[in-house]
Amino acid sequence: MSFDVDIALAQGRFQLDAKFSVPSGLTVLFGKSGSGKTTLINAVAGLLMPDRGRVRVGQRVLFDSEQKIALPAHKRRLGYIFQDARLFPHLSVQKNLLYGQRFLPRSLGKTDPEQIISLLGLEALLQRRPEQLSGGEKQRVAIGRALLAAPELLLADEPLTALDEARKLEILPYFERIRDELKLPVLYVSHAVTEVARLASTVVVLDQGRVTQVGSASEVLSDPQIVPTGVRNVGSVITAQLLQHHVDGLSELSCKGIPLFVPRIDRPIGTVMRLRVAAHEIILSLKKPEGLSALNILPGTIAAIHSGGGPGALVTLETAAGALLARVTQRSVATLELEVGKPVFAVMKSVAIAPQDIGRDHA
Amino acid sequence: MMTWFGPEELQAVRLSIKVASWAMVASLPIGILTAYALARWSFPGKQLLNGLVHLPLILPPVVTGYLLLLLFGPMGPMGQLLAALNISVAFRWTGAALTAAIMGFPLMVRALRLSFELIDPKLERAASTLGASPLWVFWSVTLPLALPGVVAGSVLAFAKAMGEFGATITFVANIPGETQTLPSAIYAFLQVPGGETSALRLVVISVLISFAALLVSEALNRRLIKRLAAA
Repeated sequence: MSFDVDIALAQGRFQLDAKFSVPSGLTVLFGKSGSGKTTLINAVAGLLMPDRGRVRVGQRVLFDSEQKIALPAHKRRLGYIFQDARLFPHLSVQKNLLYGQRFLPRSLGKTDPEQIISLLGLEALLQRRPEQLSGGEKQRVAIGRALLAAPELLLADEPLTALDEARKLEILPYFERIRDELKLPVLYVSHAVTEVARLASTVVVLDQGRVTQVGSASEVLSDPQIVPTGVRNVGSVITAQLLQHHVDGLSELSCKGIPLFVPRIDRPIGTVMRLRVAAHEIILSLKKPEGLSALNILPGTIAAIHSGGGPGALVTLETAAGALLARVTQRSVATLELEVGKPVFAVMKSVAIAPQDIGRDHA
Repeated sequence: MMTWFGPEELQAVRLSIKVASWAMVASLPIGILTAYALARWSFPGKQLLNGLVHLPLILPPVVTGYLLLLLFGPMGPMGQLLAALNISVAFRWTGAALTAAIMGFPLMVRALRLSFELIDPKLERAASTLGASPLWVFWSVTLPLALPGVVAGSVLAFAKAMGEFGATITFVANIPGETQTLPSAIYAFLQVPGGETSALRLVVISVLISFAALLVSEALNRRLIKRLAAA
């Protein structure tokens, strides 16, 4: 099943003019904030009316300005997971989950809620009320609620953004399972490289309302073309707390107990910082290196390896500091026998973290 | 009760509760529609509608009563329309209920409108993406979330109806057993020598009913708000 979008929509001075066609799987709509991602997903959902164009899911036309077709949101059979979970506060978790079932066409029969409930580990939460749930639990219920509406396409608008790092890691695998086990097509809005690296079957890069690139995760992430989208180059983002300033001009950060040394940051001690680490600045080692000038060594395990057409490969590591991307050659992958699950050490020079890549954490 | 009350007093209490209940129940659907329209829709004449709804709050009650008499009296255009349907409101308890409903309407709409405005439209949009038609969204999300406003608005309208005097006496007069509500009866008792004790008993009843209504609505509201606490 393929998914085609070709829409134009003006919102004040902002002009969205996006066209792409992607196969089934998980499509990440990628771009910096203001690039039109949310506008586009809302137009697909039927919450915004494009000025002209076409939206098609498989054989079903949801919108076509020429044929004068514009299905209202409630007839589009899409599941939408919002950034904020938007659970109905007056209903229990169970009733939230089953909300969409009443509207399913009879021909479809009832889907079995048990499968989704156990997939998302919601059994123990069913009788609770939304206000008694943590942020991660709310988002899991929201995912379940969208899935139980038996959608033909699942939409997710930065579903992890409102969560802290630990919760993000808790939710991410569910999207992998939706992609791999339920085989449900997903349109997933994100500006996080780590989410792209882990989830995307196809990436659609959006910049100032226009599609600048469509391709596989490894192609897009390891492509210098991605520069104008605001991601200077491929890398990952980790959060760490400022621990102390040293007299030799370095600042020491603590990444869940692991020390990280970076060029001096003029921020008060205790500030939680966000660091972007470019994938090509990371060296992988099978043993903990000794006698090396690089100051930062992070142990981790390989979570994914993406290799594109070129000589490079993108390795995703799970570390205590979060997911870390390393760009190495395919030759290194072969000689070091890198594979998913293998423990490795990530090595990076202090000076490799550019000052503009260190920012205060918003959360 | 029966021994403590005179038959005339009991009649007034019963009639008042009947009139106020009908006024509240009958105006609730129209109140919900009006409040929703004012809170969510933009349409030409919106400010006019808003002004019209609030008019009974601002006008002297005797003016409202007189206007009702002109409109709904046997000679009035609405009165003749209703007469064709075999309904008469002039000098009938139904007229008292109509007056009470109109006088309580602005209070009801204000409470309802506020609660509609407090509902996050994002929740309604979420419901529509799950397949709910606009009517279902209203029924299953908007209305339940506005329930505190429905309760508050109903109680206010009921209390206003129990206490309405000026417009009622102007429109439907003060006929014992038909249009003599609690305030009219208190007024009537105060006009006759030796009526003070009866008047005082009705005053006590009036205070008790109003207070009970307020307590019930407070209790209901606390439970609702707890239930709807931000998710």
